[in-house]
Amino acid sequence: MYAQMIKSEATQDDPEKLAAFQARIDAGEKIEPKDWMPEGYRKTLIRQIGQHAHSEIVGQLPEGNWITRAPTLERKAILLAKVQDEAGHGLYLYCAAETLGVSRDEITEMLLDGRMKYSSIFNYPTLNWADIGAVGWLVDGAAIMNQVPLQRTSFGPYSRAMIRICKEESFHQRQGYDAIRKMAEGTPEQKKMAQDALNRLWYPSLMMFGPSDKDSVHSAQSMAWKIKMNTNDELRQKFVDQTVPQAEYLGLTIPDPDLKWNEERGHYDYTDPDWSEFFEVIKGNGPCNVDRLAARNKAWDDGAWVRDGLLAHAKKKAARQHAAE
Amino acid sequence: MKNEWPLWEIFIRGQHGMSHRHVGSLHAPDAEMAIKNARDVYTRRNEGVSIWVVEANHIAASSPSDKGPLYEPSESKVYRHPTFFDIPEEVGAM
Repeated sequence: MYAQMIKSEATQDDPEKLAAFQARIDAGEKIEPKDWMPEGYRKTLIRQIGQHAHSEIVGQLPEGNWITRAPTLERKAILLAKVQDEAGHGLYLYCAAETLGVSRDEITEMLLDGRMKYSSIFNYPTLNWADIGAVGWLVDGAAIMNQVPLQRTSFGPYSRAMIRICKEESFHQRQGYDAIRKMAEGTPEQKKMAQDALNRLWYPSLMMFGPSDKDSVHSAQSMAWKIKMNTNDELRQKFVDQTVPQAEYLGLTIPDPDLKWNEERGHYDYTDPDWSEFFEVIKGNGPCNVDRLAARNKAWDDGAWVRDGLLAHAKKKAARQHAAE
Repeated sequence: MKNEWPLWEIFIRGQHGMSHRHVGSLHAPDAEMAIKNARDVYTRRNEGVSIWVVEANHIAASSPSDKGPLYEPSESKVYRHPTFFDIPEEVGAM
């Protein structure tokens, strides 16, 4: 998902305090920043919320790529609003992470020097306008699958950030479906482009949910702490079940010859993505890893004088006001 | 880190007649920029008619461990709620 393969930190706290903490979570209480919490809970959440925030921010790059080349002024305004939302989502989440005792600069630097990750999906390129539709439809669609249950997560600030995000996320998916539908219902060339976008983005979208449950070693503790609400395979299945009829409506074909409805299970059977590709992308060897990190580092470095200048100005103004009083 | 913009807590009045409510926080160099940033981060869909910003380190908060001493005294005073009193039906709405 936007947070993939989050390693749960082992925790070495007083067993009595741990039991009381777990009882609060089991009773559905929210944990707030000043409450006692196990060190492992705090560290795991910083990593998870941070990775989620970084994904929102890096996720602006593949879509921002097409703002100046949107086919109409209306599509351009919509895409601009969508990308601006992603910046907002990143900011809500950074603030939630900061309540756990990490500073904004620290967490930013961990992204920039590669100590923290962002979702594997944003290491794939957006080659043409059809990809923008497919990203909204599939990538935001997959994100919603994970974010809706996370509204009930145990950590108060994270839960509140997710509630705000979910309110806005439906716009993202719908604008994407609307854009790709226009192409699927357009000229044969446009329909071909829509199909091509689906072909390329289908498996990377399935990878967003993280490795298969049998290889997902960190789930149990996170699920007990209610910072992970469903298993990777549960969410992936839900996404497939929801998306297949949407593709059928468009007259597009999911690029999986073995995809079929399983009457007995009440779900679609589908082919897993190539997990070796997923692990390569996570390691930094996807098509766009280098570009994405370079773009974030450039933005951070080029913005340094603005950050410093505005702060110097604010300090000067405050000093003058102080002198006048 | 040394040059990090301070953190501001953002309060927004959703509609006329309602009180300001805490919606989140953000970083900004000064109050003026905090209001401008809050406009972009927290009111992209007409969520507010008024914004307050307060530098986070100016907020004093009660501690979770004070929960008992602070709130227990009110637990035993059920007579503060109108439903504590039985009013005869014949008297009508009260």
